[in-house]
Amino acid sequence: MNQYLLSVYEVEGQVNGAPATAEEMQAFMGRVIALEEEMDRAGAFAFGGALHGPDAATVVRGGTGRGTVTTDGPFVEAKEHIAGFYIVNAEDLDEALRWAEKVVEATDHDIEVRPFRATGRVQAGGGH
Amino acid sequence: MDDVERAFREAHGQAVATLTRLFGDLTLAEDAVQDAFVIAMDRWPRDGLPDNPAGWIVTTARNRATDVVRRERRGRRLAEQVAGDHLRAGPAAGPEIPAPLPDDQLRLIFTCCRPALRVEHQVALTLRLVAGLSLVEVAAAFLIGEETMAKRLVRAKYKIKAASIPYRVPDGADLPRRLQAVLTVLYLIYNAGADDVARRDLRAEAIRLARVLVRLMPEEPEAAGLLALVLLSDARMPARRDAARVVLLTDQDRSLWDRSLIAEGQELVLACLRRRRLGPFQLQAAIQALHCAAPSYEQTDWAAIVRFYDRLHTVMPTPVVALNRAIAVAETDGPEAGLQLLDDLAQDLAGYHLLHASRGSMLERLGRRDEAAAAYGRAAALARTDADTAFLARRQTELTTDQPL
Repeated sequence: MNQYLLSVYEVEGQVNGAPATAEEMQAFMGRVIALEEEMDRAGAFAFGGALHGPDAATVVRGGTGRGTVTTDGPFVEAKEHIAGFYIVNAEDLDEALRWAEKVVEATDHDIEVRPFRATGRVQAGGGH
Repeated sequence: MDDVERAFREAHGQAVATLTRLFGDLTLAEDAVQDAFVIAMDRWPRDGLPDNPAGWIVTTARNRATDVVRRERRGRRLAEQVAGDHLRAGPAAGPEIPAPLPDDQLRLIFTCCRPALRVEHQVALTLRLVAGLSLVEVAAAFLIGEETMAKRLVRAKYKIKAASIPYRVPDGADLPRRLQAVLTVLYLIYNAGADDVARRDLRAEAIRLARVLVRLMPEEPEAAGLLALVLLSDARMPARRDAARVVLLTDQDRSLWDRSLIAEGQELVLACLRRRRLGPFQLQAAIQALHCAAPSYEQTDWAAIVRFYDRLHTVMPTPVVALNRAIAVAETDGPEAGLQLLDDLAQDLAGYHLLHASRGSMLERLGRRDEAAAAYGRAAALARTDADTAFLARRQTELTTDQPL
């Protein structure tokens, strides 16, 4: 079993996926809850969450033995940012893409799918 | 290409496909088949071709891959993977030829032509792994350096492995759009060879791969449609250029058309029409079949061609299809009608030389010589091959001088 990160991308200034009315919000929540239940039943849901916007981001720069500097703002200044994500368990890319299609449908947002190279705590000896 | 090379290329896709199933690793499979080729290059010219070159390649490559798995430091881990469930069985140690499964090659084709890979990577993988072209040949087909192509192939194979792209033929709802991607890759390969005389080998490769696909998926009408389309296009190729000069359909010497390719293509088109599941490739093939059936340009059944373009435009509403439809309408309803349709496309296709070339031709027929010359000039400036540029510039010159040449 592999794990994939499904990043939900938001484009600044685009209103799609941002429910404007209470009814829209309710419908949006209904779609997302139903999808997450489906993921859960399939054993695919590992973790997921929605993020605050880039205005809430803080960057810590530095390096090993070089100290750190903390600044306001996202790491990359861009119009596109990650609004939330899922980590799903999937047999292969086909299965992960099927979940991604469902997330697009439920959230009305574009998704980037990336495979995990490794997950969990790093073990001595290089294994995971 | 000599016998050894040809036999090897024919066997390549099958061998890589079978090895990938046995070992679950595309790169290992490719390297092992390459090693088998090197051995074949040494032995075959001396001992003669084996009775079953494909089987020989698969067996030799299988033995090489087994050695590699045993010897390499990461061999233990790989060996564990080989024993893993999704890879089915590990390689048998016996001397018998591993039996290729009918689906092996299809799996490989669908793995190479995945929309999750960028299109140029899909094309490169298909030419290298399925068609069996060497790295040098694939690089030449793309007009890029060997090193760049090597990196591109490594990147593509890395993604297949890292993202766990499965090695299987898609089923059910996924199949139609995934097949569409496969057919698009084969058609891109064909057209790369059609646009450029120096790369004409690609046409033969595309036709060969289309034949393989039709044999593997006899129930898919669009696969037959693609094969028919490339056969009928190829049949007219000898008349399309005259010493690297473009010869328009109107002026082509139809006796140069390859009758056996036309017969084969038309047979496929008829079978498609009977099946009544017409998709974009079948409709394009049907249009080509009508052109090929016409004894002359004037005797072409333009009304039927317009009807097929109408149907094509409903399933594939692109500006280029609309342009081709307009060209056919200019034959049934006159150049004025065609010109009106082109005006609607002027914005979408402003940078496409064939829009301006078609305008030039229609304006010329209406006697609007100055406007026609300007349109040909614009087309010449936008053309993508030297032969096209030269042809269109000559049309412009002919119209701007008083006496037609």
